[in-house]
Amino acid sequence: MKILVPVKRVIDYNVKPRVKADGSGVDLANVKMSMNPFDEIAVEEAIRLKEKGPAEEIIAVSVGPAKATETLRTALAMGADRAILIETDETVEPLGVAKLLAKVVEAEAPQLVILGKQAIDDDSNQTGQMLAALLGWGQGTFASKVVVEGDSVDVTREVDGGLETVKLKLPAIVTTDLRLNEPRYASLPNIMKAKSKPLEQKTPEDYGVDIAPRLKTLKVVEPPVRQAGIKVADVDELVAKLKALGVA
Amino acid sequence: MDTESFDLLLDTLRRFVAERLRPLEAQVADTDAIPDSLIAEMREMGLFGLSIPEEFGGLGLSMVEEIEVAFVLGGTTPAMRSAFGTNVGIGSQAIVQDGNDAQKAAWLPRIASGEIITSFALTEPDVGSDSGAVKTRATKAKSDDGADGYRLSGSKRYITNADKADLFTVMARTGGEGASGVSAFLVPRDSAGLSVGAPEAKMGQQGAHVCDVNFDDVFVPAENRVGPEGEGFKVAMRVLDRGRLHISAVCVGVAERLIADAVAYATQRKQFGQPISDFQMIQAMIADSKAECMAAKALVRETARKKDAGARITLDCAAAKLIASEMVGRVADRAVQILGGAGYIADYGVERLYRDVRLFRIYEGTSEIQRLIIARETIKAGG
Repeated sequence: MKILVPVKRVIDYNVKPRVKADGSGVDLANVKMSMNPFDEIAVEEAIRLKEKGPAEEIIAVSVGPAKATETLRTALAMGADRAILIETDETVEPLGVAKLLAKVVEAEAPQLVILGKQAIDDDSNQTGQMLAALLGWGQGTFASKVVVEGDSVDVTREVDGGLETVKLKLPAIVTTDLRLNEPRYASLPNIMKAKSKPLEQKTPEDYGVDIAPRLKTLKVVEPPVRQAGIKVADVDELVAKLKALGVA
Repeated sequence: MDTESFDLLLDTLRRFVAERLRPLEAQVADTDAIPDSLIAEMREMGLFGLSIPEEFGGLGLSMVEEIEVAFVLGGTTPAMRSAFGTNVGIGSQAIVQDGNDAQKAAWLPRIASGEIITSFALTEPDVGSDSGAVKTRATKAKSDDGADGYRLSGSKRYITNADKADLFTVMARTGGEGASGVSAFLVPRDSAGLSVGAPEAKMGQQGAHVCDVNFDDVFVPAENRVGPEGEGFKVAMRVLDRGRLHISAVCVGVAERLIADAVAYATQRKQFGQPISDFQMIQAMIADSKAECMAAKALVRETARKKDAGARITLDCAAAKLIASEMVGRVADRAVQILGGAGYIADYGVERLYRDVRLFRIYEGTSEIQRLIIARETIKAGG
């Protein structure tokens, strides 16, 4: 079984993002970038499935600028077998990414696509679902447990009311939640070996996909600074204030 | 190594240090032990093989690369680095630099994987800075089954990782007085007559152990001698040159950590209605620490570059060790001062690092010995 793992290069989770002065987006100049943490969990899950048996090959794929090769090298160092970069300097929206991934799926015929439930830069939480719709495959989103058995996969999902387990016929889409696993560190020898693993370079045009944006960003603003609280003299005043605010 | 792979390697190490090692620092200090599970993680990461050539299963880092790694490792308590530090440095380098093919094949793969721990035994109860005066004797002898070799008798002191070591590089006297009478030997832990004392109670670096190692008529086969007879002191000095450079880089790493800790505190802590980092006397301490640290870092990088280019670096390594170890001592002292009362309280960790870094001015050659080397080499070269 082949597993396809899409990974995205995003602003590092430790970095405090700053909005550009003109409000057009987040300033990424000289900012540390890393693999989207949910995608790391996806890579780890694929590796575990390979270590346990059901998977034979793991292909990492990324849509993004040339620098996204670093993200793919990370996936290769962790244990992916080969990688595909679909290079573009344009902003690609989730639908565009899903359409490109659908083409990669067509070419590679994986039985399972495991991807992060969302990327921590735009928090869209759409790509996996859109890919499932485009392919007509079953989807198990927000996975906290993944068990492959024969020609199906059991996915335990983190839903509002607790946990829900769905059985999906393969091929299928799985999106990862935070508690699925704890991703490994790539070992230093494997980081060195990653360089010799195959990394294929493609462009959106190679797949004939129109990635032109469908959405327009009007404005990006910093979250408002938290206002100082007010002190009240007694409970009566507290109740009066709460009523005035319409929350009691 | 290509830049992209090496950047990824450093990045991964930074995360490992921040997420796995730093959170366990206090526990390691309190229990005077590094958890086995953490040692296993270090093995998994490949840390024991940083300096072992690739053909023997290590990473084969150049010196320029190794010091960048050491800067990162300095971000956590030095005891953590000590777990694999002897395999990277003084415990393995006699074999890497001066070992024959058979010795390399026999030991290096297991050193690189961390399967065995190595130790370097030069210092003795009566022999410290005057290291050419070792008293441990190696006398030519036959083993019980008639093999050629030596019998070692004597004591070694303050031997890092001795309690965990499987293999010792031992300097012992095969000839007459002085440095030219010393030879180097590889002595396995399980050799009959070899015993290791209890770990010493120390000022800092809890979790890393030093012990006495005693040799009571220990037979060592002739093929375990590293280099020719009488060349042991030179072997040891080459090992120490390299070790000093690595230690210098660790000093810089710890200093960078201390500066970051001090700045984090100074920008949060308010007195007289403002962060103490607004006060010029605090700023002066931060500025001095930062500038001195940058100077030491530049010297370490330059020396590593020269070593990779094949230059003789005895003077440079001594200078780097002197400058970097004295620098981190001052930086630690200022960090305690910036934290004030908190700097003296164990919970903040700065007082622990203050005690830890004191050793850097003593081991692998005291500051005084480094000055002697620098002066000797400078006078010899005429300036």
